[in-house]
Amino acid sequence: MTDTLRRINDVRRQAAGSVGDRWRALPRWQRAIGFLAFVVFLYYLPYLGIPGLIWLRTDTTPQGNDWAGVLFICAVYVLIALGLNIVVGLAGLLDLGYVGFFAIGAYSVALFGSTQSPVVEALQNRFGLSPEWAVAWAICLPIAIMFTMISGVILGWPTLRLRGDYLAIVTLGFGEIIRIVARNSTFTGGPQGIAAIPGPQGAPSADNTIFGLVDAKPWYWLALSVILVVVIGVRRLENSRVGRAWLAIREDEDAAAVMGVPGFKFKLWAFAMGAAIGGLSGFLFASRNAFIDPTQFNVNLSILFVAMVVVGGAGNMAGVALGAFLLAYLPERFREFSDYRTLAFGVALVLIMLLRPQGLIPSRRRARELHDRAEEVPANV
Amino acid sequence: MNFAELIGHLGQHTVDGLSKGAIYALVALGYTLVYGVLKLINFAHSEVFMIGTFAVVGAWTLMGATDNPPFGTMILLLVGGLIAGVAASGATAVAVERIAYRRLRRMNAPPLIFLITAIGVSLVLSETFGLWQGRLVKGMPNVLPRKVVFTIGNTTIDNRQLLTVVAALVMMFALDQFINRTRYGRGVRAVAQSPDTAALMGVNKDRVIVLIFLLGGLLAGAAALLYNVRYGNTRFNVGFLLGLKAFTAAVLGGIGNLRGALLGGLLLGVVEVYAATLTSSAWEDVAAFVVLVVVLLFRPTGLLGESLGRARA
Amino acid sequence: MRRKFVRALGGVALAVAVAAAAGCQESGGGGDTGGGGAQNCSGKIALFGALTGGDAGLVLPSVNGVELAIEQFKAANQGCNVELTKFDTQGAPDQATPIANRVAADQGYVAVIGGAFSGESKATMPIYEAAGLVMISQSATATELTAAGNKSFHRVVGNDGTQSAAAVAYIKNVLKAAKPFVIDDGTTYGQGIIAGVKKGLGTVAGEDRVQKDQQNFDATISKIRQAGADVVAYGGYTNEAAPLLKQMRAAGITAKFLGFDGLYDPNFPTGAGAAGEGAVVTCPCLPASEAGGTFSADYQKKYGQPPGNYGAEGFDAATIILEGLKAGKVTRADMLAWVDSYDKQGVSKAIKFDQTGDVDKSKVVIWAYEIKDGEWKPQQKLTIS
Repeated sequence: MTDTLRRINDVRRQAAGSVGDRWRALPRWQRAIGFLAFVVFLYYLPYLGIPGLIWLRTDTTPQGNDWAGVLFICAVYVLIALGLNIVVGLAGLLDLGYVGFFAIGAYSVALFGSTQSPVVEALQNRFGLSPEWAVAWAICLPIAIMFTMISGVILGWPTLRLRGDYLAIVTLGFGEIIRIVARNSTFTGGPQGIAAIPGPQGAPSADNTIFGLVDAKPWYWLALSVILVVVIGVRRLENSRVGRAWLAIREDEDAAAVMGVPGFKFKLWAFAMGAAIGGLSGFLFASRNAFIDPTQFNVNLSILFVAMVVVGGAGNMAGVALGAFLLAYLPERFREFSDYRTLAFGVALVLIMLLRPQGLIPSRRRARELHDRAEEVPANV
Repeated sequence: MNFAELIGHLGQHTVDGLSKGAIYALVALGYTLVYGVLKLINFAHSEVFMIGTFAVVGAWTLMGATDNPPFGTMILLLVGGLIAGVAASGATAVAVERIAYRRLRRMNAPPLIFLITAIGVSLVLSETFGLWQGRLVKGMPNVLPRKVVFTIGNTTIDNRQLLTVVAALVMMFALDQFINRTRYGRGVRAVAQSPDTAALMGVNKDRVIVLIFLLGGLLAGAAALLYNVRYGNTRFNVGFLLGLKAFTAAVLGGIGNLRGALLGGLLLGVVEVYAATLTSSAWEDVAAFVVLVVVLLFRPTGLLGESLGRARA
Repeated sequence: MRRKFVRALGGVALAVAVAAAAGCQESGGGGDTGGGGAQNCSGKIALFGALTGGDAGLVLPSVNGVELAIEQFKAANQGCNVELTKFDTQGAPDQATPIANRVAADQGYVAVIGGAFSGESKATMPIYEAAGLVMISQSATATELTAAGNKSFHRVVGNDGTQSAAAVAYIKNVLKAAKPFVIDDGTTYGQGIIAGVKKGLGTVAGEDRVQKDQQNFDATISKIRQAGADVVAYGGYTNEAAPLLKQMRAAGITAKFLGFDGLYDPNFPTGAGAAGEGAVVTCPCLPASEAGGTFSADYQKKYGQPPGNYGAEGFDAATIILEGLKAGKVTRADMLAWVDSYDKQGVSKAIKFDQTGDVDKSKVVIWAYEIKDGEWKPQQKLTIS
């Protein structure tokens, strides 16, 4: 009985495994064309009208959501997953408070770019500027990245020396602190949040022709472009000295230290980079929605982010992107069951972790790691 | 910052904090036991507590509880509630271990996978109750009416606060004795120290693990009864925030250290009440986490250090 | 050689498939228009609010009111094809925004009823304004919503400014309280209304802020006791108010408890239990017995229970739009102009909007309700002094 099962499993593994192997065996130019075709398809997605695939769109039912809007959310979540992948997947750190960086990025553009924010109003009064003045949208981007990186370093400095599980609870606390401070302080607008957050064309108004309030397609394309840039950047990082240092630290920190890799410094780098990408996605999110409030940045979102990365396949960019897309898209597609949304999410988490812990599209290294660990287990357990 | 209010009524606020923290401590014991042996953050423990509260309410409804019952009925209700809560919580904890964690242990999964699974189980349990019992606040009869027992200066101590703190101390003491003096306790300490060596010495690792989950569940069930008596309300997501605080308390005291869990819980309760008095209740969570970070900065293993494996629990 | 041939064939087939697919592109997506029938009085109405979740109890009665109005209209006007689409936001602003995008992009929608809560209204107001859609809210009371100069937002209820003024008058004149204690729950709604109350009262004996999902209120109760308060005003929702009140009474605090429309919810008496007796709330909504016309009786017949909070307001909001449709205002611009110039008696009050979208202040009615024997009973009509 077990023999037949094992044989079936071997056949399955061969069939599935060979897809990835065949892809990698193709010559470089063919892979490039394939990837390019895929990217073109992604840009085309808001217009999706191919007869067999219309059911993918979320606006086929009356209650369904705006398709381009859903795609934008998926793109933002994919960006977050890429950032968290650096922290969790590449450096192996347990971060349960990633929503904090997301919030800081969003609040950066809100506090400095919106004419209604208390910070901008204080600046206007101080320097005698006109009531319509606010920091330009493009300048808010480096501000957002700067703030998130600084907060990443501030969070990491005392906590990265701690053991993995302590790090989890402390990062969770950090996420909550950010939310509570945003909610309770006046300079962040309090629980009312901040409206009138600008986009690339300036403050939200009906005159914004491209990046307007109604049509989400240009926003989606903007987010998609940012994702591509980030993917290229992270890929280069992965294959550089920094990426290899992260790999060494994840595998065995003491051995890495013996070989001259300063664990603390690189972990801090991972935190900062991950934070910056999280802040970038918060920046885009706030710009599109034109309104944020503290309730949007809660701990459930943090858990969702970690789930996206782990379920997708920690350490593998394609995997985490798929995980993010699914976890953003599926609740929208099946809006009729919104009451069961969290239950389905929990069940999916448990099932995937029990049956396929390496994730949907695993990083080969990770899958190997888990496989090796499973074989190390002594017999009496 | 309202220092005058805090200093003026320091005793009262300390008593309030201690009784709030005693419930944290009982739940923290469950977290610390499991972590000390398995190095696993059992996120589902908060739902074990929540299920205990609902079981107690269910038992009270079955027994026809009303407000302010006569003394004999009250004792009956408390005992009945305790049995129901303890049974439900214990059963849930053991079931979670059997269904979710055992398989992961067989696969020798890394801590991240355990964590995600625990979170998933926690969501499944709380959502199931949310869908079944509704997402609204659930009231219950006032079984143990408040009566002031002691008055020291301008500090009043009422019967519920006394009950909560005394119960927590007694249970901690009992658990302590169990871990230190009994054979089963020796097994727990052995597995915490070194699972493979313990197995070589003849300790059944699986049974020990079921035992610690069961113990954690029993304590959570008792905490559930005390919580219901004290606050009179429960909700499908009551476990989430409480579990988070309890785990923070366990880390504060030294995860894996039973006395640390008690100390951490009591300390956290007091810190929260002080912070709420100084500013407002909206800042008490921030205060809790800040205290945690500060303590961990100076003492990375928590206040009393980790030591389930050592002879002194 | 053969492998290369197979690969080339595959590539050609793929290219052909893509071209065919691109050619078959349907111009789909983005819904149909709501059928302009022979009598030009048809249209689609969107409604958004918390239809599920813990706060749904505050929203569903008004949704019932809307549906009752539409049903009656359709019965009286057979040729008019009016469609109502309900969107569930669970009260969360970030769920309301994509819905607003959807509705705004679909030209079939001529009007929007919502949001039920202030946060989601604030988030979606700019989107609806940009799309030229008129918004009529049945229960979003935050004062700042009409202060932003938004041309789309209207509401058929009094705002929190008038509600807090009425509450202050109640505290001073009816309760004759000397030491009021105010608590808010840190949300937009709670904070806003308590800020209004604090301003109206001048000095308070003490204040505190709790947070969502908080269960232990020891620190707050201590503060109440130290302040020697004789009335506690709470701005927020049932989820926190019911445990707070229960713990307050269990701790022996006898101060009167005053809430606002967020607590006028059937779940509050259930959650607070015996501690709820005597609790009072203010609400800019009418009791069922005072509603005009046959509304209460019709509602009772259709739903088997008396209209809950904002039921009459929901009915009125829908009636405004339906009458506009009947008068042939089937485009967004026409409907917006119609609502702006509307001046008629509704079942809850006389409705005329001022420039900012609020109903005329003198027409606003605020009632106080009290819990007696575990149920809400109307107590008295409040005047804003």
